[in-house]
Amino acid sequence: MLGSQKRAGAVTASPTVIPNGQWRSPLPVRFLSGRRTRRLAAPYLLLLPSAALIALLLLWPTVQIGIYSFQNYGIPQVLGTLPVQWVGFSNYSQIITDPEFWSSLRISVLFAVAVVPLTLIVGTLVGLLLHKLGPKMATFVSTTALLAWAMPAVSASVLFVWLFDPDGGIVDWALTRTPSWLGGGAHWAGFNWTTNQALPAYTVLTLLVVWQAFPFIAVSVLAGLKMIPGELHEAARVDGASPWRSFWSVTFPVLKPIFMILLLLSVIWDFGVFTQAYLVTGELGNRNEYNLGIYAYDKAFTTPPSYGVGSALALILTLVLLIITVWYVRANVRQGAIE
Amino acid sequence: MNMSRRLSRRSRRIALNVVAVIVALVTLLPILYMISTSFKPPTEIFSLTPHLLPDHPTWSNYAQVIDGSVIGIPYWTFLRNSLFVTLTAVVVSSLVALLAAIGLARFRFRFRTTYLIMLLVVQMLPQQALVIALYLDFRSLNLLDSLTGLIILYIAFALPVTIWMLRNFVAVVPRDMEEAAAIDGAGPVRVFWSVLLPLVAPGLVATSVFAFIFAWNEFVFALTFLGLDQQKYTLPIYVTYFFGRGAANWGDIMASSVLFTVPVTIFFLIVQRRLRTGMIAGAVKG
Repeated sequence: MLGSQKRAGAVTASPTVIPNGQWRSPLPVRFLSGRRTRRLAAPYLLLLPSAALIALLLLWPTVQIGIYSFQNYGIPQVLGTLPVQWVGFSNYSQIITDPEFWSSLRISVLFAVAVVPLTLIVGTLVGLLLHKLGPKMATFVSTTALLAWAMPAVSASVLFVWLFDPDGGIVDWALTRTPSWLGGGAHWAGFNWTTNQALPAYTVLTLLVVWQAFPFIAVSVLAGLKMIPGELHEAARVDGASPWRSFWSVTFPVLKPIFMILLLLSVIWDFGVFTQAYLVTGELGNRNEYNLGIYAYDKAFTTPPSYGVGSALALILTLVLLIITVWYVRANVRQGAIE
Repeated sequence: MNMSRRLSRRSRRIALNVVAVIVALVTLLPILYMISTSFKPPTEIFSLTPHLLPDHPTWSNYAQVIDGSVIGIPYWTFLRNSLFVTLTAVVVSSLVALLAAIGLARFRFRFRTTYLIMLLVVQMLPQQALVIALYLDFRSLNLLDSLTGLIILYIAFALPVTIWMLRNFVAVVPRDMEEAAAIDGAGPVRVFWSVLLPLVAPGLVATSVFAFIFAWNEFVFALTFLGLDQQKYTLPIYVTYFFGRGAANWGDIMASSVLFTVPVTIFFLIVQRRLRTGMIAGAVKG
């Protein structure tokens, strides 16, 4: 009996045959009765704590913002002085007639449209560079990149606001000393990047996000490049393909699944960017610089708070991200990550 | 022909290395400037010609930040808050995640795929959206202005990624070893402690570091939940507290930012090898 179990184990344990080899009993008869029930219940018991925490603190709040978005939730309702009322779509109609909503949505979309390709291009170029470098140089460059990536969003945001500070920031100083044919000049002295207008503020934010996010892309692309056999590129070169051609006909097709995942992750992150945007645009108050997330947060948490309208905005943000997530999940399924 | 080809190869090599050094410098420069600013006296910070390195380096910004002369509460209070919240959340979430990872990697059952997909989806829920509902929930539970409230949130929000990564580490542990131990008469608990846990330990360290980084850096919940009680602030809120006051003292801000960044950077460098080889593992597979 023990022998048979061991043999069966040796077969199923081979990771190449069954990557996630399961506890499959070779002789089901043995596990009838109490042990079998225990075995059947085991995975559910193991998952129970995590499932409960995720359900209570991630899934239920998502349902709640859906519910609140149809209610008139404000301070009186929280304190219980006025009853909570269902108000139908009035929070939503209030939103779509509000020009601030459209401006914040526009900012979120434009930011993602600008930053996602930029991050992917910079990250891919650095990934290709790392692949070409000698081991020492590659370690040096990737370690510096990792430092940028390791910076907490709060530290990086505060740092970039300081670099672009109108009084004493190094960027304004450098720009005033840049020759005018390069766009520099005295008019940059004391230029306020972050709290005046959306475009300069989001320029700073773009540089910040690209600086922090390109290492992830570069490292992922590098990991993918290492899977491509060198002969493929060699063959392309022998056939007289230019590096550009070789990238699009050899590298890109192989890395396409990785690019797909990186693209979707970047869209989700950049469309939903909050901490950096909140800090770079000067926390709350500069309303013409709000993106969708900051606008929702502002509606819910500046006095007088309107949790209903905030929830409606939060739900819109969540739904947009979930639609992109559907693609992300599908890409993962195709990669065989859900096994 | 061979000669010229070798030469062009060499010049290409040099060009690549020059580009590499430029990339590294551009990446490093902001960080160096942060550190340099933190050692500058105020006169140099607001100088009309900023220098890359301080002319007269001083510890005074750090001294001010640490004894808390700006906010009136010493740095150690916030460090203690951050460490308490982060370490508790890391330990609990790692344990809960390990159980789930074993369940997912070692068993086939109904809803397994559903659970995996759910893990991927909830990772993408925006915190700035959920914070509205969670704020109201925690308010009615009396968990605002409380480190316990933050710990509970950080445990839950660290779980999806942690489980996702850990299940791969559990899956690669050879089953023969567990089965051999079981044959030798070890019960499930014994098998777990003396076989599975030592083998999964490196993975557990890696995923704990991720949970650590998440909880240490988390901003939105701390900002919203720790509104009134400054004694409860965690380090990210402390850093932005300096930042939000009108006349910014950049020396203090950069010093507090350095003190906040250094621990998490050290952790990051510890796991960087793993990151470099298989970062996408967290996101894709591995």
